[in-house]
Formats: sequence, structure tokens, C-alpha cells
Amino acid sequence: MKLHGKPGPRPRRRASSLVTAGVAAAVALVIAGCSSSGSSGSSSGSSTSTAPITIGISVSLSGDFSGDGLATKQGYETWAAFQNAHGGILGRQVKLTFLSDGSSPTQVITNYQKLITVNHVDFVMGPYSTLLTKPASSIANRYGYVMLEGIGGGPSVFSQGLHNVFDVSASAAYQLITFAKWLVATQQPEPIAYASMTDPFLQPELDGARSYLTAHGFKSVVYKLYPLETTDFTPIASAIAASKAPVVVLGTMPPDGYAFVQDLIQDKFSPKVLIEASGPDQGSAFIKAVGASNTGGIMVPNTWYPGSTYYQNTQMVQLYLKMFGGTANNISADVAEAFSAGQVLTQAIDHIKSTSNSALESYLHSGATFSSVQGPVKFQADGENGAATPFVFQWQKGTLQDVLPIGVGTTKPIVTVKPAWGANG
Amino acid sequence: MLVLQAIIDGVLVGGFYALMAGGLTLVFGVMDIVNFAQGILVVLGAYLSYALYAHLNIDPFVGLLITVPVMFVIGIAIYWSMIKPIKRDRVIMSLLTMFAVGTVVEGILDYIFTSNLVAIHTSYVNSSFKLGSLVFPSIYLYAFAMSVVLLGGVYYLLYRTRFGRSLRASMQNPTAARLVGINTDWVSAYTLGIGVGLAAAGGMVFGLTNSFDAASSYDLISRLLAIVIFGGFGSLSGALIASVLMLVIQDVVAVTWSATWGQTTFYIVLVLVLLIRPQGLLGRKAVRAQ
Repeated sequence: MKLHGKPGPRPRRRASSLVTAGVAAAVALVIAGCSSSGSSGSSSGSSTSTAPITIGISVSLSGDFSGDGLATKQGYETWAAFQNAHGGILGRQVKLTFLSDGSSPTQVITNYQKLITVNHVDFVMGPYSTLLTKPASSIANRYGYVMLEGIGGGPSVFSQGLHNVFDVSASAAYQLITFAKWLVATQQPEPIAYASMTDPFLQPELDGARSYLTAHGFKSVVYKLYPLETTDFTPIASAIAASKAPVVVLGTMPPDGYAFVQDLIQDKFSPKVLIEASGPDQGSAFIKAVGASNTGGIMVPNTWYPGSTYYQNTQMVQLYLKMFGGTANNISADVAEAFSAGQVLTQAIDHIKSTSNSALESYLHSGATFSSVQGPVKFQADGENGAATPFVFQWQKGTLQDVLPIGVGTTKPIVTVKPAWGANG
Repeated sequence: MLVLQAIIDGVLVGGFYALMAGGLTLVFGVMDIVNFAQGILVVLGAYLSYALYAHLNIDPFVGLLITVPVMFVIGIAIYWSMIKPIKRDRVIMSLLTMFAVGTVVEGILDYIFTSNLVAIHTSYVNSSFKLGSLVFPSIYLYAFAMSVVLLGGVYYLLYRTRFGRSLRASMQNPTAARLVGINTDWVSAYTLGIGVGLAAAGGMVFGLTNSFDAASSYDLISRLLAIVIFGGFGSLSGALIASVLMLVIQDVVAVTWSATWGQTTFYIVLVLVLLIRPQGLLGRKAVRAQ
């Protein structure tokens, strides 16, 4: 002790501080390591872990998207149940964590931040709608997470320049393209009335069809946009009725889709062709809202239908009915769109054998083709599904039938002239 | 002709908006309460009518004989259980209380009916008759007629009955009303009951003309508040005029220009009116200054 002199207080504190700092650094490294392997978007993942693979999703269980939000949640739940019944992913069970966003773009940001930084989920998947997917994908990108989604295909999602967002469904601008091509191929140019909600998915959907049809000589005689909060559609329906346009194309959500049918019936105006972006795809809810005898001939674009023979569709339908009841025709397309996102995630993880988000992102950009209940999926550079083939469905005698594109799947002959209201055609 | 049709639509639809807003303005006039729960109470009325129609096949108009008394009692119960016990900062606290009531009711409705949209689809919902090229939807005509009858009934109650005199006295000066022996607590309770009862009637029409879920209340309450502010807080006739004006402005702008600008135009008109008449169209200046 004397050789080294009396250890003064300062050197002892310094030594003590160094030890403490060393221990703290070691602890921090261990914690960081644990945290990284468990949750970080840039983690390398572990194929040997037996812990469940956790997936966080924000869903709209209240607010304007509550109907679709619930269907979206059911779609994810069906996929997770299906996957878990088949051994999970990489031998690990799938565990979903849902947070409700109230259809709010602000809340969806908070939810994904919480899922990533508090819940430390392994992956995140998309919410309902373009409106919510855009901010959600931006947050996921900030934390290095991939966002696979099936219900956010508006142009604004893909124009962000992000490389982490992948839409397994057909994007907005192409949703009505099959219908537009059929119209051009089978009918002489006729006046068309358009109306749409000012929604980042619906309006591009309508505009995509309008551009194509206008270029092929179909004149636009009514073009009305309305805000999300609109509850009285009578003036727009009156304008459409007054135009007597034989073709009516509406960019609707379910509530306004129902209301437009009701208002057009009240106006005693039955167009020859009527297609709505959303609403007629809601199965029994649509029938109850507009009356079964008024559904005949109404068309709706979609990327899925219950009788499709695409990959695992039969199993999905059976499992959904077992879990949630109802009938196959009443299953919302949102269910299949959410399920598809899960299918692609499964195939990609099985291929990369890792829960690393960066490896997943690279693989999804590799040009690989995946299978889904909606058909093939192959991502373009911006995340759109370049292999998607949108269908067109039509209500015929109380059943929603797949009618376009002709020759794909089990299409039924299309009713070219919509039966009059009440005719149940 | 399209503009004339828009005016007709606006007047007819405005009629039943007045019914929904009437309860809101009445409650404020007597109790100084901005009933933030009015939107969800309208939706509750719609769900009650829906349940009676879907499960017991009772026509929604006939069902009002059940739903209005039920909602009237609910209104009275809300007053005695939640508003009356408030001793301090009554205006602010009751506002928060009604907001809480709305949130609870929304949660219960979501739980019972789920968030799937529902609609009341009766045989006459889609019917209409034509006069030349003008269309008169039957449901809006019935609703307008019912609004006139119900609002007329409330008007009669206010100006031709002893209860109405008590109520107006409570509106003008609650302290003086108490001094002359009016039981202002019961007047307030009945007023909230009437306001909620009107929500039942308005909700029935809302359910017949719109598909709805519990969240539909948010769009409703913002519109109802705008109507009541425009018409003047506490004024029934103001609510009626404001409802009709709001819908006519929106509908005419929607057909002549853009539906997106229809609502904006109404709010521009609202702001201009408030600049000139801060108390609204028929509101009394400093009505609650005492």
C-alpha cells in the first residue's frame, strides 16, 4: 500500500467510476442486444427461437372506416389462425397485436410508434385505407420496418419514395381498369356520370378509369367530388339523374355507396351501367341497406371473391366461416386483402429464414413472385403489385358474381344492361 | 330545374335536421348545457328504431311511440344522475359530463351492434313521387311533416302551457323563477327529457335515410352545433331556419359548383352572419348574462 502511496479519494472515485461505467456499458450492451434480437427493424433475427413471431397492426375499429377496419382485423386473425394451425412461421407461432386508430391518421402514427418502440413487435402490417397506410408506412420506414399491406394502394402511398412499403393488392389507378376496358371493347362511346369521395384511394381509382374512358371517346357529363363528412347525397344523385347518363361510375365508401343507390331509386333513374368502388362488395350489409330486389346489375371492382381458386382461398374461406360465421358471399374483400399480406409475409420469411426486416425488404424487392388468395404478387420498385389482375363483380339474382375479366377464374356472363330497380335481375 | 330540386331537397332534409338540432338548442336555452352527447343520442334513437324494426317488425314511425318515451326517460335519468349532482363550475362540468355520456353510449352501442353499418330499410324508403321533373322522396316528406308536428308540439308546450311558462321563466332568469316557486330542477329534467326525446325522432329518420354505426355521431354533432350556433343558442325557430338554410346552401352549391365547396360555403355564410349578429339569427343578445 505504501509503495503506491495512500490512495487518495480522487483516484479511488475515478477507479470506482471506471468500474461502474464498464459494468453499465456491459449491461447496456446486453440489454441492447436483447432488444435488438427481439424487436429492432434492423435485427438479423433468429431462426432457432421458439418465441412467437409478433406482428403489430393498427386497425380502425371506430370512426369512418370501422366497418372495413373490423373486416381487416378479421382477415389478419384468419391468416394468423391458419398459419398457426400449419406450424406457424419458421416453426414459431404467430402472435398479432392490434391497436385501434379510430380511423385517424394521427392516431395511426402513435399506434405504430407504440407497436415498434414499446411492444417491440417483430413485424408490422398495414392498416385499412390509403389515408392511414401513408403515415403508417412512413413511421415503419423510420424504424427500419417493412410494411406489407393489402388495403392501401393509393398513389400517395407509392409516391413517397419509400422502399419499405409493399401492396399485395391492385393499386388504385388500376382498380377500375378492367371495367373500363370491357366498356370500351363492348359499347359505343356514351356519356358517363362520375362522382367520388375526395379520398386518396377512391379519387385516383375514379380518375384512372375516367382518363382511360375519355381517351376512348366516352364523354364525362357529370364529375362531382364530395368530402368524407358528407351525409346528404341527394343533390349529387339529382345531378346524375338529371344528366340521364347511361353509365354511372361512383368512387364510394360503403355508406355513400348505399345512399347513392337509395337516392337514385328515389329519383327514379336507373342507369344502364352502374359501378361503385365500394359498398356492393359488403355482402348482406349491402342487401339490407338497398333491398335485395335493387341489387341486380350493380358492379363493383375487387381483387378477390369467395369462389376463387387462387392459392389457399378455399381454406381461408372455410376457416373464416368457422371463426366468424356468416356465409361465404358475405365475406368482405378486406378479409382477403389482409390475408394476402400475411401469405406473402409467410412465404418471404420462409425463404429468407430470418425475422430481419432488412433481409425481408431486400427479398421483396428481388422480383420474386408470391402466391395469394388474390392471385400472383410481384412487386414493382415502388411497392405496387405489378402482377395484380383486378376483377369486376356484379350482383345477379341476389349473388355477387365474378364477371370480368372474361376467362380468368370462374367468370359468369355479364349482364350488360342493369335491370330496373326492384327487378332483382 | 336542378337548382329548384336542390332547394326542395334542402328544405325537406333541413326539416329533420331541425328536429335533431331542436333538442340541442332547447337544452342549452334552459340549462346552459351544450349537450355534446346529442349526436350519439340521435344515433341511439336510430338504433332503437332499427332494433324494433329488425326484431319485432315494428314500423319506425309507429315505433316512435316506444322510442320517444324511452329516450325521454333516459334524458331525465341523465339529468338526475349526472347533471344535478354537479355543484361547482356547472357549465364546464356538465359539458364534460355530457361528453362522457356520449363516449359511454358510443361504447355500449359498438359492443351491442358492432361497428358494422346498418340501415333501416322499410318499403317506403325508396319511394318518391314526381311533379313534372321534380322529385319528392316519400321518406323526406314524411320526415318533414313529422318535424313540423313535433316542433309545433314543442312550440305549443313552450308558449301555451303552464309548463312552458315555467320553462321560459327558467330560461330568462332561473334565480327569479325559483323565488316564485318554480321547481327549476324538474323543469331542467323535463327539458333534457324532451331534448333527448326529439333525438329519438330525429334518429329514426336518420336511420331511414343513412346507413349508420355509432361513429356516425361525430359528423352529426358537428353539423348540429353549427346549426344551433347559426340559428342562435336557445331558439327553436332559429334552429329550424338554420337547418333549412344550411342544407339549401350546401345542396345548391353542390349541384351548381361542387359538393366539396358546399359545406365550406355554408361555414363562410355562418362566419359572416356571426360577424354581424354574434348571437346567431334568432338568438337573444347576452341571453345568459345573469
